[in-house]
Amino acid sequence: MTSFANTPIPARVVLNQADIDRALTRIAHELLEANKGPRDLVLLGIPRRGYPLAVRLAEKIAAADATVDPAHIVGQLDVTMFRDDLSRQPTRPPLATVLPQSGIDDKVVVLVDDVLYSGRTIRAALDALVDLGRPRIVRLAVLIDRGHRELPIRADHVGKNLPTAAVEKVRVHLTETDTVDGIPTDEVVIEGSV
Amino acid sequence: MKHLLSTQDLSRDNAILILDTAEQMAAVGDREVKKLPALRGRTVVNLFFEDSTRTRISFEAAAKRLSADVINFAAKGSSVSKGESLKDTAQTLSAMGADAVVIRHWASGAPHRLAATDWIDAGVINAGDGTHEHPTQALLDAFTMRRHWSALTGSGSTGGDLAGMRVAIAGDVLHSRVARSNVWLLRTLGATVTLVAPPTLLPIGVESWPCTVSYDLDQTIAQGVDAVMMLRVQGERMNASFFPSTREYSRRWGFDDNRLRALDELGMKDTIIMHPGPMNRGLEISSAAADSPRSTVLAQVRNGVSVRMAALYLLLSGDFREPAVQPSKETTR
Repeated sequence: MTSFANTPIPARVVLNQADIDRALTRIAHELLEANKGPRDLVLLGIPRRGYPLAVRLAEKIAAADATVDPAHIVGQLDVTMFRDDLSRQPTRPPLATVLPQSGIDDKVVVLVDDVLYSGRTIRAALDALVDLGRPRIVRLAVLIDRGHRELPIRADHVGKNLPTAAVEKVRVHLTETDTVDGIPTDEVVIEGSV
Repeated sequence: MKHLLSTQDLSRDNAILILDTAEQMAAVGDREVKKLPALRGRTVVNLFFEDSTRTRISFEAAAKRLSADVINFAAKGSSVSKGESLKDTAQTLSAMGADAVVIRHWASGAPHRLAATDWIDAGVINAGDGTHEHPTQALLDAFTMRRHWSALTGSGSTGGDLAGMRVAIAGDVLHSRVARSNVWLLRTLGATVTLVAPPTLLPIGVESWPCTVSYDLDQTIAQGVDAVMMLRVQGERMNASFFPSTREYSRRWGFDDNRLRALDELGMKDTIIMHPGPMNRGLEISSAAADSPRSTVLAQVRNGVSVRMAALYLLLSGDFREPAVQPSKETTR
């Protein structure tokens, strides 16, 4: 059999804009359901793509419950300084951590990220949270769960479970952060699959 | 970056990276837990061959906030007073497993020597060498100016430079490593620098520096200035008569109450007064000026910790098996 290892394989789109939107709408409602309403909910997005996802989730929660002001429940949590691979990777400049005005003490904090893979980012996020306050509950919402966990961490809310091989790369493109061929695009693609 | 030795060959991108990182580090100071685990298990040695209060404490606080272990070394009371050479001291530290060396030395070029030789395999940060450079001081000055400037111009707090800002640096330029580092860094960041000093306190070759030179502080202020940085008169380095008397110096080149009033009369309400410390109150800066709302002296000290955290983090995290970005002449031009 001929080897295809070096032939570039076109990226496969697994979620398009409508799929992402539907998944986020469902997660937003799941969050409200699990929490029995919007009380004490705080969404913390992990940069870079977790933050725009957290903003979108907050808007969907606000659309479902008029008492919620989306700007007051969203924050950004930078985990760079808490990573366990700092000395193994090229230097990463830290990004801003922004908490909602109400803080996170005694809140139900939902960590939001685009892809859950090894679980190490979430471990770093849990460490970062401890230094910022003491939430009542911490939950995890991700757009994609691609498996291959290296730590005992699981997501409470998942947009899509995507069984992958370790050699594959899952790329999430969001209009807020990414352009594809110069056009801001919402999509999830798998690269490097055989 | 592997070493931080001078601002002369620091590229604009790297300078802004340090300032932006420092902006995030500053947020740590406002938190309940003022500590980050980023440099856990790393050892930072403060190697001070010359007296210093704020720089050493600032570096120590910065390293501790990043969870690094700190070893303080002062030449006084060490084997240096028994005649140990820089090489032997460095090799001793290397054998003890230092990951970064923060060095202050009375000899210009000592940090470069340490970085260029294989005496020690650690990141070297210049914390002031002779009358040559003091890069972290210039970076913290630039950080303080950028916060002020971005608030004035309405640009964002990160990513920006100092384009269009007019800075006067006045006083003992001849002996000042702070002035040298600032001239190069502020040039890189796009500010316009004017040095103000008596001719006896200007170094030979100052005309080739990227700045203008004036002998008249009042005239420089009248022309409009956004930041005035007063330099300390370095009595300990003055082995000749550079000016007739301290009174004459303070009248002509010091920032006294009259010049503070002149700023108000000329309508420059947003001009800040900076001083790297320690201040000779009544000589190069009056007490009224040092304690006025324009003074950024304490903000500079506070920002010093953030900037040094950024420098330590950027130097010590990351994989050194990669080709380290060596600051070189080519990157600046």
